[in-house]
Amino acid sequence: MLNKVSELEVAVASIKDGDSVMLGGFGVPGTPFQLIDALVHHGAKDLTIIKNDANETGMGVDWLLENGQVRKLIVSHIGLNARAIEMMNKGDLEVEFVAQGILAERIRTGGAGLLGFITDIGIDTELAANKMRMEIDGVPGIVEHALRADVALIHADVADPFGNLGYAAAARNFNPLMAMAANQTIVEAERLVSTGEISANDVHTPGPFVDHVVELDELPEVYGVVKR
Amino acid sequence: MSSNAKERMLRRAARNILPGMTVNLGIGLPTQVLKYVPEDSPVCLHSENGISGVGPKTLPGEENRNLIDAGGDYVSVRPGGAFFDSAVSFALVRSGRLDFSLLGAFEVAANGDLANWTIPGRFTPGAGGAIELAQRARMVAVITTHTDKKGRPKILETCQLPLTAPRCVDRIYTDMAVCEIRNGELYLREIAETTTVAEVVNSTGAAMILPDGAVPTF
Repeated sequence: MLNKVSELEVAVASIKDGDSVMLGGFGVPGTPFQLIDALVHHGAKDLTIIKNDANETGMGVDWLLENGQVRKLIVSHIGLNARAIEMMNKGDLEVEFVAQGILAERIRTGGAGLLGFITDIGIDTELAANKMRMEIDGVPGIVEHALRADVALIHADVADPFGNLGYAAAARNFNPLMAMAANQTIVEAERLVSTGEISANDVHTPGPFVDHVVELDELPEVYGVVKR
Repeated sequence: MSSNAKERMLRRAARNILPGMTVNLGIGLPTQVLKYVPEDSPVCLHSENGISGVGPKTLPGEENRNLIDAGGDYVSVRPGGAFFDSAVSFALVRSGRLDFSLLGAFEVAANGDLANWTIPGRFTPGAGGAIELAQRARMVAVITTHTDKKGRPKILETCQLPLTAPRCVDRIYTDMAVCEIRNGELYLREIAETTTVAEVVNSTGAAMILPDGAVPTF
């Protein structure tokens, strides 16, 4: 099997201004903080960031906002990031809100090579205002477009050099969906083990979806328990 | 709202979380209801971020950094629990496997319309998973103070804010009352033992159908 092991800076080097970037994670668990930090140092601008949430002020997505690298967020929730709300209210940041499970399904559909799907979720609310309507067996629905990105940044608990991945507990969330839905999938892993060490039964994301694997050294504090 | 009134409201809502149910509790007041559900009750708690069988909150120093609920609290997982991705998590919601969803509200209308995701220009946290929870749980309940901080009713004839979902709320628990919504009409079912029907009616911004005879208290 191909060895896809890389270094942080090398893995993110091909990200371009204007790219769409998916970020795994729901709150802290599963957020690829080291890859986001590498993207901040890389400096690509005008990015469309696709993530469940905008993290909290001072963490993850907020580093990109603070550094002026984000043109648009596609998210389900930004309630814990005051900067994101303020930038949106001032018109400095475009935010597309998507119902959480519809966001997940649009990404899953993108990863599955489909064009979209039809649902009645959000129908008759302003979130459905500009969406095409369609009836299936007499039930009115709206067409949701599949979502793909130029790049997905993924946090895994364990990876092997081919890119077979395993996630821990609630750090799974959007990671396996996004890992399938990007033209280039870049993974940071807490543990890099040798090929064959992850049982084929325990692989959550199969290696063929993955392009680069970066092993994390000691985890910085941002991955730890959030003190409130 | 006094702490007694809050506890009374939380206890009342907890009484409807029954053994065998699969339940989702929203951020804030809804999650606090859990304190009053017996810990050994066989309830399967679902969390949007990909957990079924959520267990009690963990003590400081004992947290698992990868195990939070959708509100960001560090939790445990019960024996028989499971972790899954966000697509599976909402497949569970949309396919009708969720018996009871308890949500917060900015406004609720007498016909069951719910607004809880944006106050345009001021506070727009986003809906998170609330749209699917509101549209698809078998029973959708709201827990909220009866009035806002300025004393204005939160139960209205028509919501002024953009809707999370239309005609979705089945029941409302407040510090003053329990209401039910059936076929687009608002029924007063119970009142807090510290209030009167007249006070509840005065604090409600929509017409309510009152019970015949004495109103049960909680």
